[in-house]
Amino acid sequence: MSKTTKKRIPVAGHGHKRSIMEVARVIRSKNSGPYELTLDIIFRSCEDYEMCKSRAIVNPALISKLYKIPESDILGIIWFEPAHAVKITIRRWIASGDPGETDIYGAQQHAPLLGIEFDA
Amino acid sequence: MQNEGNDDEMSKEFRVLSPTAILGYGFPEASFRRGMERKPHLIGVDAGSTDPGPYYLGAGKSFTNRAFVKRDLTYMLTAGVEAGIPVVIGSAGGSGAKPHLDWCHEIIREIAKENSLSFKMAVIPADIDKKIVLEAMAKGRVKPLSFVPEATAKDVEESVHIVVQMGCEPIMKALDMGAQVVLAGRCYDPACFAAVPIRQGFDTGLAMHMGKILECAAIAASPGSGADCVLGTLTENSFILEPLSDKRVFTPMSTAAHTLYEKSDPYHLPGPGGAIDLTDASFTELPGGRVEVKGSRYEKTKGYFLKLEGVRRIGYRTISIAGTRDPIMISKIDTILPQVEAQVRGMMKNPSPNDKLMFHVYGKNGVMGAMEPLGNAVSHELCIIIEALCTTQDAADTLCSVTRSTLLHYGYEGRIATAGNLAFPFSPSDVQMGATYTFSLYHLMEVADPCMFPINIEQYTNGEVRK
Repeated sequence: MSKTTKKRIPVAGHGHKRSIMEVARVIRSKNSGPYELTLDIIFRSCEDYEMCKSRAIVNPALISKLYKIPESDILGIIWFEPAHAVKITIRRWIASGDPGETDIYGAQQHAPLLGIEFDA
Repeated sequence: MQNEGNDDEMSKEFRVLSPTAILGYGFPEASFRRGMERKPHLIGVDAGSTDPGPYYLGAGKSFTNRAFVKRDLTYMLTAGVEAGIPVVIGSAGGSGAKPHLDWCHEIIREIAKENSLSFKMAVIPADIDKKIVLEAMAKGRVKPLSFVPEATAKDVEESVHIVVQMGCEPIMKALDMGAQVVLAGRCYDPACFAAVPIRQGFDTGLAMHMGKILECAAIAASPGSGADCVLGTLTENSFILEPLSDKRVFTPMSTAAHTLYEKSDPYHLPGPGGAIDLTDASFTELPGGRVEVKGSRYEKTKGYFLKLEGVRRIGYRTISIAGTRDPIMISKIDTILPQVEAQVRGMMKNPSPNDKLMFHVYGKNGVMGAMEPLGNAVSHELCIIIEALCTTQDAADTLCSVTRSTLLHYGYEGRIATAGNLAFPFSPSDVQMGATYTFSLYHLMEVADPCMFPINIEQYTNGEVRK
């Protein structure tokens, strides 16, 4: 596994990091039923997809850290070749519409993914 | 009339017109006409979703607009009846329980009358008797979906409405009974598009996968739209998606990517009685902005499972919306709000532990709550929504009102703006949100008969109905 997920900020002059934004054309979140939140990253090209997949840029430890959830709350991380995409499905913080709800459709929970970086 | 029962004459193609992603979202008339010119064998539409949350199933209300549902249905029914092809409407009224079905049924009656239409219609309610669910639970035939808690008898008994998401079989049976128009309660979305061709002998895997895409109309095209028509053409070993507007095209990527949408596993899409398996699906570009899909399979499950959806009422809600632009208050907001709650609760005579007071603080963590990664970042202004959720509407009104007035004049430490802490955009400042619901059931139930739903047939003749 790459050391990307452990070092948060690159050292000055050592900044050979790339942003997920350079390789993804879609990053989104949405309910998958009232009890699951599903996150999609669709890559710009087959090469970007293969590179990120082979290096496991998206992995359970990273998702756990970004969403402050235990890995047991991750239902699955599935790499989907036909769409050059990776799908991450996690337990919803509460069932959709329950007291304390902030996002009924789950459509605005993608922002933590925008900050993903990996070694260039 | 429709060409029902002509299996010997089964044409090699079955064309399905999907006008819109959700009945009531609308579509351009030109796209619809272009679709009808392609002589479809079926017009299908899905009207429902659990996405808007538990309220709509609980309150018996549609999340779509009546005038626009009528507008969409008028095009579909008049064109479908004139062409002599089936029109299938699933998940009537959004949530597909009796009040939703009745609502949509009334709209169809109006359309039939206003346009003097003649057709036979099947109405299929999706509500289930609580006794049947309780019996199935007792026999261990009800199981929760991922992350859903086990259901108790109390969850079932307290449910306001329980619907069962039907598969293709009841729609096929309705066609066997001679129906041209099928109005179904809660229904597996692809079934509205797949039931008719499967009944005519087309491949289930291809029909279901095509239905899975057509139920979202042009959302799978590029640029995507939930309010534009598309045509799906099923053949013996593939299906072809075709845009009906020059504004958009299907691409292999847009089509494949749609399989991700709102689903937890893009390779396996479970539904009533089985799952669509896309492991070997291929997506090929054709001229004219079309895409051909091959290799989609259908795998039946051992045992036939239907999804139950139920909600129960948890109380009544009142909210108040306000803003603050005071930097001192903003810097202390995390301590001020709990202090205000403590002061309010101290003043209440008989505070109920079930009465919940919540603050949504936009500009801080209003969208992501505890998952917000930028916990300490705050804006120069905040929106605070006070939410009171209580066992009665009166109690919610009181809790919201007293919290609002207390927060407005709360003398927090270091305050220099002593005239009022909140900026209200509206008068009245407090809004009754009414009854509030929670999902009580989101479970699979094993059934012996996929056609467990009653089917009521009505004959319309020149707009007049005879049962």
